[in-house]
Amino acid sequence: MSILVDQSTRLLIQGMGREGRFHAEQAIEYGTRFVGGVHPGRGGGAALGRPLFNSVAQAVADTGANTTLIFVPGPAAADAIVEAIDAGIGLVVCITDGIPIRDMLVVRRYMIGKHVSLLGPNCPGLISPGKAKVGIMPAHIHTPGRVGVLSRSGTLTYEAVSQLTARSMGQSTCVGIGGDPVGGLTFVQCLEKFQQDPETDAVVLIGEIGGTAEEDAAAYIAQHVTKPVVGFIAGQTAPPGRRMGHAGAIIAGGQGTAASKIAAMERSGIKVVHSPASIGETMAEVMKQTA
Amino acid sequence: MKIHEYQGKDILRAYNVPIPRGQIASSPSEARQVAEALGGNRWVVKAQIHAGGRGKGGGVQVATSTAEVAQSTATLLGQKLVTPQTGPEGRIVQRVLIEEGCDIAQELYCSIALDRQLGQSVCMVSPAGGMDIEAVAATTPDRIFRESIDVLLGLAPFQTRRLVEQLKVGAEAQQALPLLLRKLYDVYYDKDCTLLEINPLILTNAGLPLVLDVKMEFDDNALFRHPDVVALRDLAEEDPLEVEASKYKLNYVKLTGNIGCIVNGAGLAMATMDIIKLAGATPANFLDVGGGASAEAVENAFRLLMADPHVQAVLINVFGGILRCDVFAQGVLQAVANVQVTVPVVVRMEGTNVEEGRQILAESGLNFRIADSMADAAHQVVQAIQG
Repeated sequence: MSILVDQSTRLLIQGMGREGRFHAEQAIEYGTRFVGGVHPGRGGGAALGRPLFNSVAQAVADTGANTTLIFVPGPAAADAIVEAIDAGIGLVVCITDGIPIRDMLVVRRYMIGKHVSLLGPNCPGLISPGKAKVGIMPAHIHTPGRVGVLSRSGTLTYEAVSQLTARSMGQSTCVGIGGDPVGGLTFVQCLEKFQQDPETDAVVLIGEIGGTAEEDAAAYIAQHVTKPVVGFIAGQTAPPGRRMGHAGAIIAGGQGTAASKIAAMERSGIKVVHSPASIGETMAEVMKQTA
Repeated sequence: MKIHEYQGKDILRAYNVPIPRGQIASSPSEARQVAEALGGNRWVVKAQIHAGGRGKGGGVQVATSTAEVAQSTATLLGQKLVTPQTGPEGRIVQRVLIEEGCDIAQELYCSIALDRQLGQSVCMVSPAGGMDIEAVAATTPDRIFRESIDVLLGLAPFQTRRLVEQLKVGAEAQQALPLLLRKLYDVYYDKDCTLLEINPLILTNAGLPLVLDVKMEFDDNALFRHPDVVALRDLAEEDPLEVEASKYKLNYVKLTGNIGCIVNGAGLAMATMDIIKLAGATPANFLDVGGGASAEAVENAFRLLMADPHVQAVLINVFGGILRCDVFAQGVLQAVANVQVTVPVVVRMEGTNVEEGRQILAESGLNFRIADSMADAAHQVVQAIQG
């Protein structure tokens, strides 16, 4: 097993511009079942040997797509997410950054009561190594295995994954939930899935300053997660009041500091590393102890 | 994005929110004219800078004659105002807002902001106005009342009534405040604010509400649909290097150390700052050149770092993945040549063709140090500044 994506994934890509097309190619190369693209105005055509559609509804009807990866630009991305939900897609992964918060609030409201998981926006997507790649991460650093990786960032996740792979610890699924203040799947929801996944033995949790997602995750882990968790918080040296790239990465009103997150995580029994270079090594030790 | 108080008040005025009469001035004589035109015998002179806490820093002065208005303006203009929110470097005052003095019977607090945990906006009111609301929240949280807002519904009339009822204000205010709250939410929604804070929201002796101060912040991602808001941006309030960075579409935050950082991705950029600190040095900046780390972005990044006189060494940490390291290395060489980089540069890169990339840098004859991991990079860059 693994979480969210695997061999049963039937992938659609919304926004078949340069980026969408490139990552469609990469997904195919990895063996992901890419069933088609949606690009209004180009319906009836084809790309990479797969059909293009004007609407998600038509694409779902014709291909049985159950997962979509969105590259539509910021001003139109929320509409693309809603269109995918409306068409009954089960997993919507939104790579796009720069989506207005107000648009995401509407998306969140629209999602209530619908059977859909949204990952992102402003995220690298997710990959179940050896099974399916639904995102923009470099495939070659991953290897199949039993560690789940959960993160708010992109390249820092790749750093952690490559440390695991270098120590022969493969991954069940690597999920990047994204750096925006209002998004879909949370750390807690992903942790619940990793806890239930029989093929995940341990979890790497990479957080960053801003918000309370890490504190929420720590509280959940203390109550519900029996698998070992290794954590890291980026932004230990970030000054308050300054936004560190991600719209969500800001220490404001005394909340969201690295210190409070690290303390909450340590209280919950998470093995927190202070150097981003020690993630792999620490997971190796933890795995040895539990083996 | 932030704006000045007077700009925020102009926006609120267009929504018929009650604001004291007033006008901006950028010289003592202009200030005196404004005061004369306003009439009355009491005026408030308010320094216009983006940071809050101006009252504590002496940035808000009361005058009882037009001569005093001119005098206060003269002391404030050009002055470096240090408040609890500016940091020790302070901000230079370029303009003052002259307003008519108001009778204050009661000071209230009101704000609308995003609650990330709820994934909703919330409206908060408190009878403890005029104070630091974070202190109120910490000591007497029961004096803050909140309603979360359904984005499809807006701030509903019953919610505004419920909020106002808890403030225990007089009949006039009970009548006027709910409508005022809805107008504030209209502004917050229409303009894609991430924060709209009124502190204080006063009640006059007649019991009517008046907005004495306003702080507005806008969602940068939504600025594309608000050219009117973009026009209010005051570049003088921002760090010149950060203004430069925004021209290049780079995510840059100036810090106080001497190790310049060029990184792809925000999370990795923060982690790079952290590991520099762990290695015993201090980062000069946060800089995310974007996932692709294009040659153009790297060149502009070098341009920024070389404009910062504190930078004594540069650490490049790029986890390319899809990026080809040989192409990236060529870009770095070109950037270093074009920008005339004079300090040692430590490069850590990961991606395809990494060996070829390292070879290109090693054979360039330039002052590069090649690191094979993040920890090694941090170690080498600290060595570089220690000579």
